[in-house]
Amino acid sequence: MTQAFRIENGGLINRDKKLSFKFNGKTYFGYEGDTLASALLANGVHLVGRSFKYHRPRGFFGAGVDEPYAVVQLYRNGETEPNIKATEQELFDGLEAKSVNCWPSVNFDIGAINNFLKIFLPAGFYYKTFMWPKSFWYRIYEPFIRKAAGLGVASTKHDKERYEHKYEYCDLLIAGSGPSGLAGAYAAAKNGAKVILAEDKPRFGGSLLTSDVNIGNQSGKDWAEGIIAELKTMPNVVVKNRSQIFGYYDHNMLVMSEKVSDHLPSTKKYHPNKRLWYIRAKEVLISSGSIERPIVFGNNDTPGVMLSSAAKEYLKVYGVLVGRKPLVFTNNDSGYETAIEFKKHGVDPVVLDSRKNAESEIIDEAKNLGINIKNSFVVVAAQGYKKVKSADIASISDDKKQLGKIENIQCDCICVSGFWTPTIHLASQSGNKTKFKEEIDAFVPGQSKQNEITLGAANGVFSLDETLKTSFKAGSELSKKLTKKDNEIAIPNVVEKKSSQHDKFWCVPLPKGKNYKRFLDFQNDVAVSDVEIALREGYRSIEHVKRYTTLGMATDQGKTSNLNGLQLVSEIENKVVPAVGHTTFRPPYTPVSIGAIVGREVGKHSKPTRKSPMHLWHEKNNAVFVDAGVWLRPRYYKRGNENLFEGSKREAKNVRTNVGVCDVTTLGKIDIKGPDAAELLNRVYTNAWMKLPVGKARYGVMLREDGIVMDDGTTTRISENHYHMTTTTAQAANVLSHLEYYLQLVWPELNVNVVSTTEQWAGAAIAGPKSRDLLQKLFPNSDVSNEGLPFMGFMERDLFGVKARIFRISFSGELAYEVNVESDYGNFMWEKIIELGEEFNIQPYGTEALSTLRIEMGHVAGSELDGRTIPFDNALEGLVSKKKDFIGKRSLQRSAFIAQDRQRIVGVVPLDKQTSIPEGSHLVKDDKAPLPNPKLGHISASCWSVEYDNPFSLAILKDGKNMIGQKLFAMSPLKNKVIPVEIVSSHYVDPKGERVRS
Amino acid sequence: MLYINCPHCGMRSQNEFSYGGDASVKRPELNKEVSDQEWDNFVYNRKSLRGKHLELWQHISGCRQWIKVERDTATHEIFRTFKADEEVA
Repeated sequence: MTQAFRIENGGLINRDKKLSFKFNGKTYFGYEGDTLASALLANGVHLVGRSFKYHRPRGFFGAGVDEPYAVVQLYRNGETEPNIKATEQELFDGLEAKSVNCWPSVNFDIGAINNFLKIFLPAGFYYKTFMWPKSFWYRIYEPFIRKAAGLGVASTKHDKERYEHKYEYCDLLIAGSGPSGLAGAYAAAKNGAKVILAEDKPRFGGSLLTSDVNIGNQSGKDWAEGIIAELKTMPNVVVKNRSQIFGYYDHNMLVMSEKVSDHLPSTKKYHPNKRLWYIRAKEVLISSGSIERPIVFGNNDTPGVMLSSAAKEYLKVYGVLVGRKPLVFTNNDSGYETAIEFKKHGVDPVVLDSRKNAESEIIDEAKNLGINIKNSFVVVAAQGYKKVKSADIASISDDKKQLGKIENIQCDCICVSGFWTPTIHLASQSGNKTKFKEEIDAFVPGQSKQNEITLGAANGVFSLDETLKTSFKAGSELSKKLTKKDNEIAIPNVVEKKSSQHDKFWCVPLPKGKNYKRFLDFQNDVAVSDVEIALREGYRSIEHVKRYTTLGMATDQGKTSNLNGLQLVSEIENKVVPAVGHTTFRPPYTPVSIGAIVGREVGKHSKPTRKSPMHLWHEKNNAVFVDAGVWLRPRYYKRGNENLFEGSKREAKNVRTNVGVCDVTTLGKIDIKGPDAAELLNRVYTNAWMKLPVGKARYGVMLREDGIVMDDGTTTRISENHYHMTTTTAQAANVLSHLEYYLQLVWPELNVNVVSTTEQWAGAAIAGPKSRDLLQKLFPNSDVSNEGLPFMGFMERDLFGVKARIFRISFSGELAYEVNVESDYGNFMWEKIIELGEEFNIQPYGTEALSTLRIEMGHVAGSELDGRTIPFDNALEGLVSKKKDFIGKRSLQRSAFIAQDRQRIVGVVPLDKQTSIPEGSHLVKDDKAPLPNPKLGHISASCWSVEYDNPFSLAILKDGKNMIGQKLFAMSPLKNKVIPVEIVSSHYVDPKGERVRS
Repeated sequence: MLYINCPHCGMRSQNEFSYGGDASVKRPELNKEVSDQEWDNFVYNRKSLRGKHLELWQHISGCRQWIKVERDTATHEIFRTFKADEEVA
């Protein structure tokens, strides 16, 4: 197919490079530099989709970020992406796209029946219609709505593309490379300021690319090119195209999405698809320009109806005629500029101007060119279904209430201009309270809130001369403050045509007896009648009207619909627009792909992975790993076809009979030094610490101020003023912050320093009846007897030339030691232990066996210290000092904490001695009781006792102290299990604790 | 994202810090008789002010110092920051 609507010459596209692409399965051609939209229009394709609610045909309305219609599903390099604006997607060779919102095809869409049912789909129809019967929701309404809704399909595959985040700092960040952005950037850059200039389109220059102006004896476009070329040579300037600043956050932080690769058939090697920039700017210049707003009339959503500025852009930038019989409908001079461009390219437009009379240089030029102009004329309704075929037009009375005789004229497109709306999104996001500017019928930024200034069309200034003057000045002054340099810049001479005042007219009244849909929001299908219903039903706040009608809530966020919506509400309510107010502008300004937001933090990169120095050994020895916080820990070491249950049972059994070794490097370690170290420990732990001798360890429990157990662990006195604290793996960071909090803020008088040494030490726990024999082999010249190294003893010794710390502490309940060496020697230590342990049948054991061993001993861990229990609940009240004060002590006097029937840890054994009890099961008295069955407690941890060869669990049970011997039921609705159980002591194995002392 | 002036390190982004609550809360001295009401006020009762608020932050990915930040809870404006032991005038 030829590009029938491409003009012979002109435009900024590269006609030497022809590109082929597919739309809805059909092959077309375009040029390098086209967007998907311009290439389709060049081929005469105006039908690109169906609307959201009524499935009415949809064409192109704009030429950029404001596009409400032309949202497509894109296929690129084996991936698919929804919600792509055809007006923004640059053409590349082999591009494929499909329409959304239509089935089976865009030409014949079954959903279009909604268009005839529209009387049943008014504003708020979701709220009203699908309320009853209740049972219909899941089976009928919801699936139907799901199928009908949505703008494309998200890919369910893993995204192969890479996305990057970048942090940047600059003196001046400029949003938009139109005249004000270029002038501001140039002036600031000349003063040596660090400048970032961002442009969302591929081409720099903004309105200068399409306007007929002259700056310093050059065309606007050439002037822009010159400035950009010079900026690019300056080392203090970053110039970025395809980069949308979409959010203005606190403290002058702005976020920009740079499309690095979307314009290419595939992403280049080592390049990201998109790059998200977090930019902290000292000053921000918002030069985001303005968006033309439509005039509302009947069937104004028909394909072929578009903004007049878009028609001009397609012609001037892409060399594409959007029609050969254009009708221009305007209330200001901008429509004439479009008409003049058509005329210059040999196409005869008709201009309908709602104004009775208007005179300006632009209008004079149009008249001189012989353009047919009809004043006091409006478009009443577009005619045609899939494309404009003609228009019903009529004269309009001076008060804009009465229409004259309706006549029909042939046309193939209607270019609408209802004047300009400043793009104030970024300014508003910064916290700037906007104000209504009567002369332009639109909101502009008010008093600056952060370090931002809005200039040019974004500030409601449409004169190029004034824009350039103020922007050069602002660029100079903002940079002068920061760089103390003041380079004089000659402001170029500007030649532009003067415009006349626009007409405050935005909506064509309905002719008698006609019921045309007049759309306000083109993406969400919100018509004038919908807003009228909302107001009739009592919605007053514009925020409520928005949500009830969904006006401005589509992915284009109402860029072309907001102001007309406000005009309508203000008219019906008989209020001025500023009294109605506008809805809140929130980031992002335009949809941002989730991939860009997530960046590199996907899969394994979403958090750091910490490995112990012995990790490689574990890998080589068939360890099956488990995530323990950010650490990877061996769960068990698989032998043959063993499963987790069999493997962990074997490992735990071996600890109880021979000796095992477990990697405990992950335990939190904090080095504490200073003359007041003992005093600090005494204040943060519940038990007494002042008399702990050098060379001894002690078990301690620390609370939060509310009395809840925060963490437990052992702390060892290394020397007079030096302690080594251990914490649980999970709480290591919190405990350090906790100590720092008290030392820095509450007790600054204590002379103590704390520092994390978790990564400095590798740890191995050696546990089992033969552990002393093994220790003797490891330290042949040391006295490691029960007298030489008693329970809770500590010594520093030499492990074959490596300094080692030996602690006689036990989590498994067996005779056990923990040996620490500096991390670099961790693997050396580990291999020595394995080598010398061979004769004692040593086996490494993982976290699963570790859990089994501690559970059957009744030792508490994270599942009991779950942020809801106090020392008593964990049978740790013996460690709570009655004499001294400590963090959280006062809270232990709360009535609930001293209640007679307070919850407490117990052991639980199934009556059949066979059925394992799922963790999280509830304990109840009567398994047949009606729901809600009163819960007496819950199973916190379960294991298979290797000592007794039957299941054993720990539970936190109400009045646990007096429940020993009772028979209850463990119920797990999740696993659908009811298990009769007996309550026993939590100390299931070695209740007297003889083994650890043996 | 807030931009916080750490009195020890200078201007740093919020993601280097962790929030620590109301800085005006004073812990009752150790070993002192405290009524239930006083203790409740210390542990639980907070004002949730709208406007100027003195709060604690820890520069957790930086110098690890706890600092005081005078911030407007509605506008997020930060007026002043102080070292832990600095008196707030």
